[in-house]
Amino acid sequence: MNFNAIKVIYKFEMLRTWRTLMQSIASPVLSTSLYFIVFGSAIGGRIQEVDGVSYGAFIVPGLMMLTLLTQSISNASFGIFFPKFTGTIYEIMSAPISYFEILIGYVGAAATKSLIIGLITLATASLFVELHIAHPIWMLTFLVLTCVSFSLFGFIIGLWANDFEKLQVVPLLIITPLVFLGGTFYSISMLPPAWQTVTLFNPVVYLVSGFRWSFFEIADVNVYLSLFIVLAFLAICMGVVWWMFRTGYRLKS
Amino acid sequence: MSDIITIADLEKTYHSGHQALKTINLGIKNGEILALLGPNGAGKTTLISIICGLVNPSGGSVTVDGYDIIKDYRITRQLIGLVPQELTLGAFETVWDTVNLSRGLFGKKTDAAYLDQLLRDLSLHDKKYSEIRTLSGGMKRRVLIAKALSHEPKILFLDEPTAGVDVELRKDMWQIVNKLRASGVTIILTTHYIEEAEEIADRVGVIRAGELLLIEDKQRLMQKLGKKQMTIELRTAITQIPAALAEYDLELADSGEQLTYTYDTRSGQTGITRLLQDISQVGLTLKDLNTTQSSLEDIFVNLVHTE
Ligand SMILES: Nc1ncnc2c1ncn2[C@@H]1O[C@H](COP(=O)(O)OP(=O)(O)O)[C@@H](O)[C@H]1O
Ligand SMILES: [Mg+2]
Repeated sequence: MNFNAIKVIYKFEMLRTWRTLMQSIASPVLSTSLYFIVFGSAIGGRIQEVDGVSYGAFIVPGLMMLTLLTQSISNASFGIFFPKFTGTIYEIMSAPISYFEILIGYVGAAATKSLIIGLITLATASLFVELHIAHPIWMLTFLVLTCVSFSLFGFIIGLWANDFEKLQVVPLLIITPLVFLGGTFYSISMLPPAWQTVTLFNPVVYLVSGFRWSFFEIADVNVYLSLFIVLAFLAICMGVVWWMFRTGYRLKS
Repeated sequence: MSDIITIADLEKTYHSGHQALKTINLGIKNGEILALLGPNGAGKTTLISIICGLVNPSGGSVTVDGYDIIKDYRITRQLIGLVPQELTLGAFETVWDTVNLSRGLFGKKTDAAYLDQLLRDLSLHDKKYSEIRTLSGGMKRRVLIAKALSHEPKILFLDEPTAGVDVELRKDMWQIVNKLRASGVTIILTTHYIEEAEEIADRVGVIRAGELLLIEDKQRLMQKLGKKQMTIELRTAITQIPAALAEYDLELADSGEQLTYTYDTRSGQTGITRLLQDISQVGLTLKDLNTTQSSLEDIFVNLVHTE
């Protein structure tokens, strides 16, 4: 293992975060606050409680997931897309470093960043509502797994994208709808039965449900099923990355 | 001198179907400066990119210091530094950060003393903490060189190092190259200027359309360059070159009806007038006369024309 290389890629990526500190940290804090003002106060005033949890608290796990997913994907996809775009990737490709090590460096940094942002979001949320976490270990497990698997997913998008439009299109046209329709701001049981079935094809439902269960012990699907889906998603992403690396997809002609 | 890089039957066909390299065989000697000369699109960058791991070969093999570039990539890449053709650099990081990143990528521990000295040698030291985007084009090229040398490679590839570079940097660059060579580093550079190869290289290889047309010591190449041949057709065949014409080193061919004279266009006197006079002196009659460039000369005229 070329540990020095992993270390410098990781450090370099984290450095990029510090350079854009305001944007990296301030924007999730701001958007979380806005969500609370709009959803928590305006709508929460009418909905009040879901499954015995105040609406303000109820949306916290979903809101965190929304932040984690979008942040993981954008950090990781941009992290690898940019050197590809500017050509500076030549240096990494010509270094004595394996694809696996490149992956650890980039995905590790992206996951770390979104983990930090996730925790900041949680801290911000706790300023608005009273929170209590029933299963902290489960909570952290889902948190870390989500950061890692969606950073990996973002890495794939960054490798695949050969222009800025493609870089944006997946998060915008696929992830955002999936997250908003994935029970982020409501319980699946609030939907008509037909839609409940359709929703079960949305993987984000399992993520949000499992994560919410770790907070309040309320869930739309069994927590083990949630865990299984997250792990399956991680495995699929690993498989795709492995294939991309093996064929040198969009990296080597 | 032993070879540090051995290229055997190397081929590259891009996905587009374009064959960029056709069966390249080449040994690069330890410690030499090799100039790869060729017009745009000849395949120079492709060749370098394969050796450095940026492009997959379609066939053949390359070994560096005896190690295969694919199987033992960790060892071979460690030995190599690459200065790419384009100014591919980040924008917001500092010079110091970027050379440290490079060194780390190649698995080496940080060494501030070495990197400081490197920046000094490249006249970059006062820009140590400058962001790359604030540097001029020439300075950026120096940064690229610093990055390539950050891990103390034994082999350095310079892909068109003087393209768009001012005179001062060019002079500096050759000074750096000579210094590196003195310390035992093997240097391979590409260019499309004959003068540049002449100025700096120990050996020159000429690539055109994916083929290595020749590889030759610079001295010998320069001797060959500028050679022209004059073919003299005789009205009546002779069996042997008259003694009076011995000094011209003529060749007799075509069953005695053809004499070939080789001369140097770059020397002050080609000797043609004298030869023709001497031929009529010994009583031979000319039927026809023509001159041809050596194939080498053709190559270089072509090189210039494709510019
Ligand atoms: N990634 C690529 N895909 C397809 N063709 C390529 C690619 N890179 C280079 N080529 C083609 O291969 C040939 C050799 O290119 P290159 O090695 O860059 O030449 P040089 O460096 O001598 O100018 C050119 O015709 C070029 O268009
Ligand atoms: Mg080139």
